[in-house]
Amino acid sequence: MAVRTRMSGNEAVAHAIRQIDPDVMPAFPITPSTEIPQYVSTMIANGEIETEFIPVESEHSAMSAAIGAGAAGARTFTATSSAGLALMWEVVYVAASTRLPLVMAVVNRGLTGPLNINAEHSDSMGARDSGWIQIYAENNQEAYDNMIQAYRIAEHADVHLPVMICQDGFITSHAVENISLLDDAPVKKFVGEYQPEHFLLNEKEPVAVGPYAVSNYCMEAKKAQAEAMIRSKKVILDVARDFEEISGRAYGFFEAYRMDDAEYAVAAIGSVCGTAKDAVDRLREKGVKAGLIKVRVFRPFPGEELAEALRGCKAVAIMDRCESYSGEGGPLGAELTAAMYRAKVTAETVNIVYGLSGRDVRVEDMEQVYADLRSMAEEGKRFAQYPYLGLRE
Amino acid sequence: MDKTTFDFKEIQGREDRLAPGHRLCAGCGASIAVRNVLKALHPGDHAVVGNATGCLEVSSYTYPYTAYEDSYIHTAFENAGATLSGVETAYRVLRKKGKVGADYKFITFGGDGGTYDIGLQSLSGAMERGHDMVYVCYDNGAYMNTGIQRSSATPEFADTTTTPVGKVSTGKPQSRKDLAAVMAAHHIPYVGQTTFIGNMKDLYTKAERAIYTEGPAFLNIMAPCPRGWRYDAPKLGEICKLAVETCYWPLFEVAEGKWILNYEPKKKLPIEDFLKQQGRFKHLFKPENEHCIGEFQAEVDRRWEELLARCAG
Repeated sequence: MAVRTRMSGNEAVAHAIRQIDPDVMPAFPITPSTEIPQYVSTMIANGEIETEFIPVESEHSAMSAAIGAGAAGARTFTATSSAGLALMWEVVYVAASTRLPLVMAVVNRGLTGPLNINAEHSDSMGARDSGWIQIYAENNQEAYDNMIQAYRIAEHADVHLPVMICQDGFITSHAVENISLLDDAPVKKFVGEYQPEHFLLNEKEPVAVGPYAVSNYCMEAKKAQAEAMIRSKKVILDVARDFEEISGRAYGFFEAYRMDDAEYAVAAIGSVCGTAKDAVDRLREKGVKAGLIKVRVFRPFPGEELAEALRGCKAVAIMDRCESYSGEGGPLGAELTAAMYRAKVTAETVNIVYGLSGRDVRVEDMEQVYADLRSMAEEGKRFAQYPYLGLRE
Repeated sequence: MDKTTFDFKEIQGREDRLAPGHRLCAGCGASIAVRNVLKALHPGDHAVVGNATGCLEVSSYTYPYTAYEDSYIHTAFENAGATLSGVETAYRVLRKKGKVGADYKFITFGGDGGTYDIGLQSLSGAMERGHDMVYVCYDNGAYMNTGIQRSSATPEFADTTTTPVGKVSTGKPQSRKDLAAVMAAHHIPYVGQTTFIGNMKDLYTKAERAIYTEGPAFLNIMAPCPRGWRYDAPKLGEICKLAVETCYWPLFEVAEGKWILNYEPKKKLPIEDFLKQQGRFKHLFKPENEHCIGEFQAEVDRRWEELLARCAG
């Protein structure tokens, strides 16, 4: 029986970890993800799980120890945010290229500076080319559900890649919301036992991990890694289908909200999508054909599928909670616009930067975005290449 | 040192766990350190060998060839301590869950760059947390893999590519960090400092004790580098002996907090005897730099007296 209760996003992730009971968790505290290692440590202290917690002295060591544990054959988990992820940087790439099925809860927070602790996607977006699968959540329910699906994706024989389960700092991680939790038994059955293929502690087959490779070999290794990322698309959808069977909740690469006949669409990631849905509902009541694409999977990037979902729209606002300082917009803007061009989807687009360092986005702000899209399409009004939403004048 | 069962023939007859054919230079101390530390593993015992990025790593695990008979892991430069602590923790959990059947030992190697400098935090963390592992530093006193830049292990006055001798420079201005003492201050069960002396008995007994002592252990092994120190490769053994006889590199251990001097030269040799063998100190023998040798000697004497006091106490 599913349990209906209320909890924060961090608590939801920790609850999933209690049910999964991974072997090893190295972690170093950083706001706003700190609660996750705290909850897990408490579960360990109370004998609820068998996980070994490694209280490392930095995030660089957290990821290094996670790689060591993963290579040794342990199901391994860690959590971080912002500067913590930035400090891991080097070894985040090593984890992916070593093809280890690690899972990391990333509670998104902006990178310094100025120093700020609130929601922004600059941390995980900075790691978008590191070779990790990235799955984003709109709310605590999705953070929980994504966490439960993560190991099935990471450990799949066609994938063998690490997964980041991302949620917005404070907005999702600390806000207490209603949630439907699965019972322990179906979760354990769904996640299954981990059977590593090659691992350091296999006495019958010693293995060497982490070679120096000359140019004759490196490029092939990177291509194999890229192919695994492409193959993960099918696995992500298969796992989502299985998850729907035990939970009744459907997931894909993205959620298309009231998109069937939509003329004006917003594409965004994370908690802002809840706000955007309210704006869509209000506008629909007024007869405006508004819709929303909530991107769930950013790596691998489902470019073709997203472009197809936007075909027929007159104007699209692509929203980034992240500045890439390219002078052209944010990462979702760049990649989705490119995907639309390749698919010959010719809607007008604007790339909006919003919500940096936790700047609030209200339903009215989103209504204004849709109003601007209409004036773009119907009145030919031109906008700046990438405006900031809610910037103080 | 405790009574030991050192049987040179038996030990050297053990199967090598570092296979020949690796790409390290002739006369390199790193491979001697690794080969002999791994000899201290009892035949039949399993091990996971870790490694920080450096000469040793790029020369011993060059895809698709590995020189290691045991499982081996390298991830990066500054994190050998953390990486192996993850492996060791995984072992404890998987052992408890019955998923791993055999006994394993955990030994990781790093140069002085990866140990004294960029990896010091990771090493300190791993030792403080008490993982059952041995961290072995092969100390060749500079960043040799990138081309002989100074490290905090480089002795004073050494000519390196970032402390070059010049018109207004006599080499490295600072004297070396005493890492073995830093590690002893972690109050871990075992710390040993050694080098290649005689039939390797000192190295072997320290390695064996480090490996078979429960909890964290640290070994600091002076491992000369012919390129960086500029000596004739066959003189490796002589240089190690002079380092010990001049008290530049004392052989000692700190076991359960007790400082033990393993060797006291009958007649302490002057530091010139060690310095003059090496091209990196050649400039010290010019008349205008004579005072440098005096300063070097004074620092060696000061540290030696300090060590004697610790071992007496």
